[in-house]
Amino acid sequence: MGKLILLLLNLIVLYNIVAAVFEDQVGKFDWRQQYVGKVRFSHFDTHMQSSKKVLLATESNVFAAINTRTGDLFWRHVDKTGPEGNIDAVLHHGQDAVLVVGNGRVLRSWDISVGGLNWEIVLDSGSFRSACLVGQQGTVKHAAVLKKSVISLHYLSNGHQKWVENLPESETVNYQAVHSDGNGQVYALGVVSHSHIAVVAYSAEDGEIIKQVSVEAPWLSNIPASCAVVGQGMLTCVDSTTMSIYTLDLYQQLQMIQIPLQSLGLEVDPGFQPHLVSHQPHPARQPLSEFLLQLGPDHHLLLQLNNGQIVILRDFKPALLVSFATTGEKTVAAVMSPKNKTACGINLFSAESGRRLLDTTLIFTVDPNAGKPERLHVQAFLKKDDSVGYRVMVQSEDHALTFIQQPGRVMWTREEALSDVVTMEMVDLPLTGTQAELEGEFGKKADGLMSMVLKRLSSQLIMLQTWVAHLWKLFYDARKPRSQVKNDVSIENLSRDEFNLQKMMVMVTSSGKLFGIDSKTGSILWKHYLDNIPSNAAFNLMVQRTTAHFPHPPQCTLLIKDKDSGLAALHVFNPIFGRKSQVAPPALSQPILQSLLLPLMDQDYAKVLLLVDDQYKVSAFPSTKNVLQQLQETAASIFFYLVDSSQGRLSGYRLRTDLSTEQVWEVVIPVEVQNIVSVKGKRPNEHVHSQGRVMGDRSVLYKYLNPSLLAVVTESTDLHQERSFIGILLIDGVTGRIIHEAVQRKARGPVHVVHSENWVVYEYWSTKSRRNEFSVIELYEGMELYNSTVFSSLDRPHAPQVLQQSYIFPSSISTMEATLTEKGITSRHLLIGLPSGGILSLPKMFLDPRRPEIVSEQSREENLIPYAPELIIRTEWFINYNQTVSRVRGIYTAPSGLESTCLVVAYGLDIYQTRVYPSKQFDVLKDDYDYMLISSVLFALFFATMISKRLAEVKLLNRAWR
Amino acid sequence: MARLLSFKAAVFFTLFFFISTDFVCCNNGRRVGDPLETELSGFSVPLEHSFELDDTGKFQVRGSLLLKTGREPSVSLTQNQLSEEDRAKLKEVAAVDGLYRIRVPRVFLQADRQTEWQMEGHLTAFVRACAMVESHLSDVITLHTDVSGYLIGVSIVTLPGACRGTEVEDEVDLEVFNTTLSIMAPVNAPGPETALFLERMEQESEKKGKNPQEQKSFFAKYWMYIVPLVLFLMMSGAQDQSGGGAGGGAANGGGR
Repeated sequence: MGKLILLLLNLIVLYNIVAAVFEDQVGKFDWRQQYVGKVRFSHFDTHMQSSKKVLLATESNVFAAINTRTGDLFWRHVDKTGPEGNIDAVLHHGQDAVLVVGNGRVLRSWDISVGGLNWEIVLDSGSFRSACLVGQQGTVKHAAVLKKSVISLHYLSNGHQKWVENLPESETVNYQAVHSDGNGQVYALGVVSHSHIAVVAYSAEDGEIIKQVSVEAPWLSNIPASCAVVGQGMLTCVDSTTMSIYTLDLYQQLQMIQIPLQSLGLEVDPGFQPHLVSHQPHPARQPLSEFLLQLGPDHHLLLQLNNGQIVILRDFKPALLVSFATTGEKTVAAVMSPKNKTACGINLFSAESGRRLLDTTLIFTVDPNAGKPERLHVQAFLKKDDSVGYRVMVQSEDHALTFIQQPGRVMWTREEALSDVVTMEMVDLPLTGTQAELEGEFGKKADGLMSMVLKRLSSQLIMLQTWVAHLWKLFYDARKPRSQVKNDVSIENLSRDEFNLQKMMVMVTSSGKLFGIDSKTGSILWKHYLDNIPSNAAFNLMVQRTTAHFPHPPQCTLLIKDKDSGLAALHVFNPIFGRKSQVAPPALSQPILQSLLLPLMDQDYAKVLLLVDDQYKVSAFPSTKNVLQQLQETAASIFFYLVDSSQGRLSGYRLRTDLSTEQVWEVVIPVEVQNIVSVKGKRPNEHVHSQGRVMGDRSVLYKYLNPSLLAVVTESTDLHQERSFIGILLIDGVTGRIIHEAVQRKARGPVHVVHSENWVVYEYWSTKSRRNEFSVIELYEGMELYNSTVFSSLDRPHAPQVLQQSYIFPSSISTMEATLTEKGITSRHLLIGLPSGGILSLPKMFLDPRRPEIVSEQSREENLIPYAPELIIRTEWFINYNQTVSRVRGIYTAPSGLESTCLVVAYGLDIYQTRVYPSKQFDVLKDDYDYMLISSVLFALFFATMISKRLAEVKLLNRAWR
Repeated sequence: MARLLSFKAAVFFTLFFFISTDFVCCNNGRRVGDPLETELSGFSVPLEHSFELDDTGKFQVRGSLLLKTGREPSVSLTQNQLSEEDRAKLKEVAAVDGLYRIRVPRVFLQADRQTEWQMEGHLTAFVRACAMVESHLSDVITLHTDVSGYLIGVSIVTLPGACRGTEVEDEVDLEVFNTTLSIMAPVNAPGPETALFLERMEQESEKKGKNPQEQKSFFAKYWMYIVPLVLFLMMSGAQDQSGGGAGGGAANGGGR
């Protein structure tokens, strides 16, 4: 019975603190975009003429079907990250798509119409080499999988293994390709590098070796890169050193026939690796005898192999990309050739004859802010008059997919670069034109009384005009039904809203493409592709000037650093329009160790960026005279730290007036024992409203608010579960003083850390109890402040009090961040990205080392929750309800103009944007607030007072007369 | 006589040793076993300082740290007085707001032999020279070790820590260092306190178990009040959700 009461009470309590969204609020303040990643394999669903599906398998281990009309996802399957979920091959036949996953570990078949799993089998170990469909008498019933030392045949219907055979001499021969063309045989092709080709023909029926031959081929090392099977089992290879094409009849296997390219009048571009592409329209039939040969970056040829003779059907030059496509019985080659700087033309050519097909030109406009086209995926179809029509999906360097219809209409574009966001910032939108005008008026210098008055009048006139226009728009929109009111966001009408809830999200992706996204709708407002970004680049995005300094445009600086060489480059741009700034960034010739954004500003209100190179010399950007002078004045108070995790060295430096530096402190953590895994400072735009906490007895416990405190996390090198540990060091970044040093024994990473205000929260894996645990450290100065006006690291001799408590968390986590609000009055929540795709908003109240073991009167007075070792995940704490965010890698929080509201962006494979209200919307009236009622009550009260006053007066008068 | 003298000296040193270690005990606030009984091995490393007008590091020996190795490492310090020349220089450096730096070599405190405890490099820290002067050379030096006994950092603060620009007239104040020295090992971070919590839960359930009558009768007695109350709360809660707006409350109070 008591339990029931408890349950009921709980229900009541829970009922009152529910913070989730209402059904009608879904999608009102939040949006989600789902991505798949860089496409590796694509197949158009061709088994139905009317089908509008394209299957994509990507480098992010995602297998998805996309609607070719809209570009939306039909379904998507997200596999494990890393090599375990790597998609090695996709075999598409009819309704089924067979995937080889995880270096040949798993074979899966998907039903492409609904995206359901047909079957899945685990293969024997052995590294995957190749796979193909095997057909017989026109029907395809099997799939062959070639591994390092075995070949196996599986039924397409249920995945069962038909036969498995060991490959002969698999220690010496490197088997690389498998081929089948419907004659009941499966060919495994291997190569002994620079010696010979080994061809093994298996019977598709029982796996018996029919033939086994090796043919001299001393020039060959990689079959998939330089060979293809063409026509009637002719293995055709191209070699750049001997400048020849070689053919080998797989059926007879006598010897390789060499055809010098010169005899065909062809020449390979110097330094180019020639490449062959053949086409097999149906797996149960032979490949076409026509094939494509690429001889240079923009030189392609359509060739035909005819009785051992090679005939040139067509020479495409210049041609950037060429691709085969089949519909019905017709096969075409689509060729993309550059027209001018901004456009490419795509044409269809008959594969059999090489003739250009009429009315098949398609214009593809190359966006100057996007990458070059990289691959062409062609969907061909038969029109009513039996001619071939087509649509193309162009994949470009920046991972974008553009689907184009004749004669050049872009049906949709998917920016797959957004599946790998590295870092982001939110920038305030500029003021509206009128607001900007007003600002400008006060910003400029006065030039006479009369002109000032005129200017004021004119600006007020403009304001009146816009106000009237706004009213008219409101009136006009009010008559239309709600759904029809369009809120088109474009770069022109972008302006800050009343509460600064709409911002510009500047996202940097690993491909080097930058995006400007409207935070309200999620629409991409600008994009900019930076070419020649090194593949292992590290990015650091900094806002040097916000929009607050009209007429100076806002300015962001992206530091791009090659992780290997340390060499860096700067890209300076306007975050609202994405345009590259006029300001020329300095050329950085030395490797960069550290970058710092100082609170100092130059005369144009741009914050000063300091870059420290490997000679410990500092360069400033912008480096005007004004800046250098300011730096000289403040040099003695500019300290910075460097972390060298390979040597475990943390060192502090001070700036000198001549912009050189001197080392002032050094802490060395021996790498033999532990490694530094993360160093976290506080966010510079964080505000703390309350200096202390009021205790139960009305005294104040002051927080230790050191803005330059660093939380250093180390992991032990010894990974034995009894001896492994995690170290937490709190170091002052100015003086190098170790404020606190703690070890969490029997714990292992990965450690996620959030450092804010006077607390550090970290999450780790406890090897002893085999669970995830949270720990919180809070720092307090004590009952009195040492110096209440200003915090100086150089003058805080007393070490703070350190409180710590730990909790069990029932799930592992992917990432963690704390909410951030304008003034820091609102209570804080931790936003935790879970591997399940949920984003949990956990009140910091639950992670409070002062939670008492035993409840006392004082702790109740302080509203402390009694200690419970387990933190519970409550479903209403998920801020993204059912909008799962796959593979969350980062959460970004930004304050809005409303103190109660914090903007949140979670990014990973998907992007999700929402708002959170950690203390609920205490500064906002509800949507359904009854203005009528309150005003009528007010009026009624007002009139009632008036009347009663009058009555009282009359009464008084009457009494006076009496 | 000579023997007696040496004996006296030994006694004196033992006493001094005892006092100094005791002193350390007070500072690091942890219990250290009686060093005379446990026979700890130790070694000494130099504590160096540097204060130059141009802020270049020219480190000179300030004193020597006597480190005791073992499970509970301890430390004591013997240091020289500042020479007149140094005092003048320190005041000069303080006048231009220079830095006073110290450094100690990196050592491994768990090692037995000398070859093992020595490591390459130094650990450095600093305070403002003016703070050093104004505090009359009273500083607090803390050595930090990691779990396995490697010295990882050193920190120095002065007491008082501020630079107020007060002149230190008396040269004598700058002669002798008044150093508080301690050595700190990392503390063990607590894990989740499940045992205590379970104990408490058990106690509570025991308490409940003792008088089940009372517990049972509560709901039995008042269920007719509780159920309508709950229902009422649910009904009213359904209307007024996600509140918090003071206005919302007023509107409800005013009208409905």
